[in-house]
Amino acid sequence: MMREFDVVILGAGPAGMSAAIGLRKQGLTVLVVDEQPAPGGQIWRAVESVAPTAAGQLLGAEYRAGQPIAQAFRDCGAVYQPQTQVWQIEPGWHVYMTCAGKVEAVRADRVLLAMGAQERPAPFAGWTLPGVMTVGAAQILLKTSRQVPSEPVWVAGSGPLPLLYMVQLLRAGGKIAGWLDTSPAGAWRRALPYLPDVLGRWGEVSKGLGWLRELRRAGVRRVRGVRSFRALGEGRLEALEYALPDGRSVRAPAQVLLAHEGLVPSVHMTRALECDHAWNEAQACWAPVLDAWGQTSRQGVYVAGDGAGIGGAEAARARGELAAVGIALHAGKLQARQAQALSAPIQERLRGHLRLRPMLDALYPPRADVLDPSDDTIVCRCEELTAGDIRQAAKLGQPGPNQIKAFTRAGMGPCQGRQCGYTIANILAKAHNRPVAEVGLQRVRPPLKPLTLGELATFNIEDEPR
Amino acid sequence: MHEDFDFIVAGAGMVGAAIAHGLAGARQRVLLLDGEDGDYRAAKANFGLVWVSGKGYGNPHYQRLSYEAGHLWPAFARELEQESGIALQYENRGGLNFCLGESQFEERSAAMRQWAARTPDLELGIEMLDRAALERRFPAVRFGPDVTGACFGSQDGHVNPLRLLAALQAAFLKRGGVLKSRHPVEHIEPLASGGFTVRSGAARFAARNVVIAAGLGSNKLGPMVGLDAPVRPQRGQILVTERLAPLLPVPASGIRQTGDGTVMLGVTQENVGYDLATTAEAAVRMSRNAVRVLPDLAGARLVRQWACLRVLTPDGCPVYAASASHCGAWIALCHSGVTLASFHAGPLALALAGGALPSFLDPLHYERFTFPQAV
Amino acid sequence: MSASRFRKLSEPGAPSLTLTIDGVPVEATPGETVAAVLLRQQTPASRTTPVKESPRAPYCMMGVCFDCLAVVDGVASTQTCLVTVREGMRVERQYGKRSLQS
Repeated sequence: MMREFDVVILGAGPAGMSAAIGLRKQGLTVLVVDEQPAPGGQIWRAVESVAPTAAGQLLGAEYRAGQPIAQAFRDCGAVYQPQTQVWQIEPGWHVYMTCAGKVEAVRADRVLLAMGAQERPAPFAGWTLPGVMTVGAAQILLKTSRQVPSEPVWVAGSGPLPLLYMVQLLRAGGKIAGWLDTSPAGAWRRALPYLPDVLGRWGEVSKGLGWLRELRRAGVRRVRGVRSFRALGEGRLEALEYALPDGRSVRAPAQVLLAHEGLVPSVHMTRALECDHAWNEAQACWAPVLDAWGQTSRQGVYVAGDGAGIGGAEAARARGELAAVGIALHAGKLQARQAQALSAPIQERLRGHLRLRPMLDALYPPRADVLDPSDDTIVCRCEELTAGDIRQAAKLGQPGPNQIKAFTRAGMGPCQGRQCGYTIANILAKAHNRPVAEVGLQRVRPPLKPLTLGELATFNIEDEPR
Repeated sequence: MHEDFDFIVAGAGMVGAAIAHGLAGARQRVLLLDGEDGDYRAAKANFGLVWVSGKGYGNPHYQRLSYEAGHLWPAFARELEQESGIALQYENRGGLNFCLGESQFEERSAAMRQWAARTPDLELGIEMLDRAALERRFPAVRFGPDVTGACFGSQDGHVNPLRLLAALQAAFLKRGGVLKSRHPVEHIEPLASGGFTVRSGAARFAARNVVIAAGLGSNKLGPMVGLDAPVRPQRGQILVTERLAPLLPVPASGIRQTGDGTVMLGVTQENVGYDLATTAEAAVRMSRNAVRVLPDLAGARLVRQWACLRVLTPDGCPVYAASASHCGAWIALCHSGVTLASFHAGPLALALAGGALPSFLDPLHYERFTFPQAV
Repeated sequence: MSASRFRKLSEPGAPSLTLTIDGVPVEATPGETVAAVLLRQQTPASRTTPVKESPRAPYCMMGVCFDCLAVVDGVASTQTCLVTVREGMRVERQYGKRSLQS
């Protein structure tokens, strides 16, 4: 018999957990599914087991703040199903998922997507070599394995996350060979228009400045204004080569290279559901179009958290709480006045947490060559296609991203465009002289996570009432 | 914008691209107009079979046409690969049509005998293989217990349909053809002096001839030039797996392993109008069928499921017609654009360049739907 | 042969379990992912690609890059960054296009 819920939440991170807690308070039945073994999403990954340990100390207070939330989430009465991957959502809403090799479908009146963000795909020559990873990946290793690079590590990129990770790494006794800071020169000038926001959120700003100080005091070599770099090696990372602002090229041995050019909302599921999206010029990314409650253009589908727009853990919590109020309102559990009263302080909090975003966007634009990778840079990791391959196919008429996919197979591998979609759009935009927002992205097809034909074949789809 | 062409082909899918390519080879000045990136594009859901066996069951003219196209394919493939520089992954080592269960084997045998009897002069190359014969012919393949046999067609084969389309367009450009993407044809206006003006957005083009090969879009365009060929959508869903080591050496109708190693499964036949949604239900059905035929597929990861709209005429057979009211207007519609690509790029294009459809295509005019002939 | 690229922080008294990678017993801590364990090996790669047989190691650690695929307890193309280690778990690296016939 198919399980039915008022709401199914995808993602047990800050937003998903906060929404579940809020929805349960209003008496709705909730199922939370998440592909990881424990709640926390990425930012609070493994927080239940790690927060009380020494590692929890070095990861910092913001990380440990996830522990009481995880506890409240466990206690709120939502059905929580970890290690479960959702591969399709169909109108009705029927949510198809796999857990431990078995397919299951549940039905829900409403679906809340709290699937967070991913790192902006920022290809460079050699980025597929073993030893090259994202900064986020390294931080996950620190959180879930207490694992650090053995040799001094190279970090390339910009943004709050690399700063935080480098500080955490140093506190853990790790070593940094160098930091290739890819943010363009003139950061102070870019930040200046946001002075009021800086002063209004001084606590957060001073925290970031504190990280910079810590890195300086530790003698971390910071190479500024790096515009391009490449990873070198035969079958694995062996060296790093980067270009200095004056044009000189430097080569250094490297065992681990961590790259980061900001975060982008995870829009894979919202695009699979054909929700409307809008292009955010300041952040150079797509985000779903949402109303004040987080409802998408598809009735009954909501988004909360970084998937709505990058904002961090506290903003994600606020969005989760808002979605809970909105869903309760739409489900008839709350009257408009009550919903208004509940949401006003949450909106206030959310505004506060998002206040520094425009400044951060201005400080840390993505590396310029993300828009224009060299011909030999692999852009589709799964199918091993280079920027040159895409440019070649772009000459056949003026194909859009879906035609390019058809002609080259770019986007047909297991990641289904998660790592290449933006880059292909950038390349086409340049080749055809069109704004990247107009070029768009490839269609997203199910299954959103690969499952086996055997799992599908043994699924008793007939047993489910429709 | 005014430019003069001999032919404007509306639609750059499997049919349009092949015809345009052939016309350009016949030294015609051709403009090929393609729609938007997000258009229906039936060519994206072609299974990739170059199939003769069982084609045109009930329509011997189509049966013969398929056979002819199959015969032209090897030379067509060689030439196209050379011209375009794109490898097509074409193989013609035969194809299988599996039978599950004893009665299916009997029924299939009877049906194929009947089919073959319609064109006794042709070497159709079909043979029914019972289970034992199937295992002997394909010793490395592990068939499921329900497989009682298969019909093996020696004339059958397969190709990578997306590469085929890319190759047709690439070779067309090399032959001097003009391709304009994001130029869906919105209106066709006959000119008093003969020929047509074709409008796409703000752009206008003129040509002596216009070929409508716009798939489902032909419903709107055809009547503008007296070509009221009925065509309706039929949804087809397809599954594709991760890349795998070779496990199926020849294509089957419903399962084929591509040159990239992926295994394609499909295709459903659903009458749901213009609905392009995929369904988990179809994924389950296709998976069950696949696993019955090749149980080892149970361990394969499904990477993608997609749906497209088949361009279906009332009897499922192609439509070729010259407009009676508008000289120089033509229409070509089918859902077997891959098998017929060799014919479209070859004899059909040549005939169009010469100003008349070959008479053996008369029975495939759409008037057969209004005036059915007793066969 | 280069040393492993990653090491664990010392955690005296931390519980440990054993799994095998390509038949070789390897130590791991409860709660960590198979991908993390793979990254600690001399060869951090979990597979070679089915396209050009290029070696790949875990890249994103969060399930969106699909480079960390390996065979886990007989199930191929498993995202090892999403699998928590278990005592006796069998992990095998994947090479090229995998065969479905055992």
